[in-house]
Amino acid sequence: MEKFTTFNGIVAAIDRPNIDTDAIIPKQYLKSIKRSGFGVNLFDDWRYLDPGEPGQDHSQRRLNPEFVLNRDPYQQAQILLARENFACGSSREHAVWALMDFGIKVVIAPGYADIFYNNSFKNGLLPIALDAALVDRLFSEVENSEDYRLTIDLESQLVATPDGTEMSFEIDEFRKYCLLNGLDDIGLTMQHADSIEAFEQQYYERLPWLK
Amino acid sequence: MAGKTLYDKIWDLHQVRRDDDGTSLLYIDRHLVHEVTSPQAFEGLEIAQRPLWRKRSILAVPDHNVPTTGLEYGITDPVAKLQVDTLDANCDKYALTEFKMGDQRQGIVHVIGPEQGATLPGMTVVCGDSHTSTHGAFAALAFGIGTSEVEHVMATQCLIQKKSKNMRVTVQGSVADGVTAKDIVLHIIGEIGTAGGTGCTIEFAGEAITSLSMEGRMTVCNMTIEAGARAGLIACDQTTLDYIEGRPFAPRGEIWQQAVEFWRDLHSDADAVFDREVVIEAADIAPQVTWGTSPEMVCSVNSRIPDPAQEADPIKAGGMQKALEYMGLEANTAFDEVAVDKIFIGSCTNSRIEDLRAAASVVKGRKLAANIKLAMVVPGSGLIKQQAEDEGLDRIFVDAGFEWREPGCSMCLGMNADRLEPGERCASTSNRNFEGRQGQGGRTHLVSPAMAAAAAVTGHFIDVRELQE
Ligand code: SF4
Repeated sequence: MEKFTTFNGIVAAIDRPNIDTDAIIPKQYLKSIKRSGFGVNLFDDWRYLDPGEPGQDHSQRRLNPEFVLNRDPYQQAQILLARENFACGSSREHAVWALMDFGIKVVIAPGYADIFYNNSFKNGLLPIALDAALVDRLFSEVENSEDYRLTIDLESQLVATPDGTEMSFEIDEFRKYCLLNGLDDIGLTMQHADSIEAFEQQYYERLPWLK
Repeated sequence: MAGKTLYDKIWDLHQVRRDDDGTSLLYIDRHLVHEVTSPQAFEGLEIAQRPLWRKRSILAVPDHNVPTTGLEYGITDPVAKLQVDTLDANCDKYALTEFKMGDQRQGIVHVIGPEQGATLPGMTVVCGDSHTSTHGAFAALAFGIGTSEVEHVMATQCLIQKKSKNMRVTVQGSVADGVTAKDIVLHIIGEIGTAGGTGCTIEFAGEAITSLSMEGRMTVCNMTIEAGARAGLIACDQTTLDYIEGRPFAPRGEIWQQAVEFWRDLHSDADAVFDREVVIEAADIAPQVTWGTSPEMVCSVNSRIPDPAQEADPIKAGGMQKALEYMGLEANTAFDEVAVDKIFIGSCTNSRIEDLRAAASVVKGRKLAANIKLAMVVPGSGLIKQQAEDEGLDRIFVDAGFEWREPGCSMCLGMNADRLEPGERCASTSNRNFEGRQGQGGRTHLVSPAMAAAAAVTGHFIDVRELQE
């Protein structure tokens, strides 16, 4: 996993509560053998005017010009702003993979569905929960700007707006530590690589037939 | 201090470290890989640019999606083909040992591991498949894992685990003639229920277990997962050693001797304490047939189909009623009145040479009953298929009207073209009788290979012993 560093990124806003994981990545794409490549099908039903199937050349499909991620400059968005209970529904980890594959690194919403929230950290996506009033304010600022950007500073747990306002957010210490150091479950275990190697040495000496 | 259970011994041997909250890092010896649960793991490694920790721990084989007929045409379903091609490409890329389609050693992952001597006593064995419990027959701690864990093992050779409880199921005395390992394990599941082993590793013990061949022991451990336990274990003894000696991946010469010495200690100490103990009388076990949509809905072929009206617990009775409706059965019917449409002999539960021999001995000199639409035998591996042909078993099946197929998972889960049609009734030697498991609307009855053969030649369920006299 990549280390999470402070960055300043474009914000795309989708003004709906209860966006479910089937909206984020529709079920027909789960047959894939990959965990990458889901970005073109992120929000597929909203993003395209014609229905999509896996394996299709999606660049040939008709884009919905109204949908935010199809508009300039939001194709480059790194931050997604949404309403409460984001990513409810099925447990598919593909929802996180799709967001990240598109380029989203941070989601800001008043609240999240549990499984999605957990899955996010496993993959290096930061879900920030802010007070509904603050999210409201961000929505109106995004609306009134061409190219709205926020700075996300995980170390100090701050979201900074263009006018310098700082909004602080809560995050579990351990999860913060893992994101800052780029540690997923595998990364965490790899911190014990020395122990594993030491274990192997005595193990194969004792059980040489397994070597 | 009390002695250690077999599970404790294997666990301790593999524990790399332990955190205060009881989570441990467990070292994994053998990682079996198939096409369905590995592609995202390989890709995850690539995205993170992580190397594989120990390539030689991996043995890969496509099985779930491979067709069992017309191999010369390749795989026609594009999704299945892509999964198999992806496994091939990943194994080539990392130079992993893989038995590809067309290789005689190819077959069901849980059949070929033991067959090759890749499963050894005292090992930890994992695979992205719940029936990894099969390998516990070798006194190996073996259990299924998810795709993110597959990736974790590939990258670190370890898993983050919490220890489970110790449970022992003792089957004492010996079973009657004609009663097989499948009947023993179905009976156990009927007794303890599909949640009976939840949170436990089950060790199987007692004379009825230790007198089983390795094939029979694998059948028992295979279905541990249907009893709710992720892993089943049987102590190592001379039968185990005799089976392993001389197999391709097994140690040889001096090192074999050293291994054998170590393996002889792979049993629970006499004074070990189990969290749960269940004792079953072998003499009580008759040939079994499942009648419902869960493996615990099982009874002796000689009893009548249970009546929900006799069940005191209303929730259970409701479940029974629903199952009977799905299965298209009337309560209190005798099994020999239940006609069968299809016969499936195969799966990681019952596709080994001994299973094929047992079925063939019943079929020999007989023909499929007129109402049987399709009867198929799917050997567990190319090597088993060869051996069966050398023994002439294929002729016995074909002469009776069976189809003799190429190895794979086949109609166990209906992922390839072998499926039940809605409403069709199947006598199957596989392990799961869930709704739709063998095809939408299909009705599965789990039985032993001999019982499946008996259903094939009579057209209905019958105590195979009536044909054996
Ligand atoms: S034979 Fe059936 S149970 Fe066994 S691995 Fe294949 S699909 Fe799974």
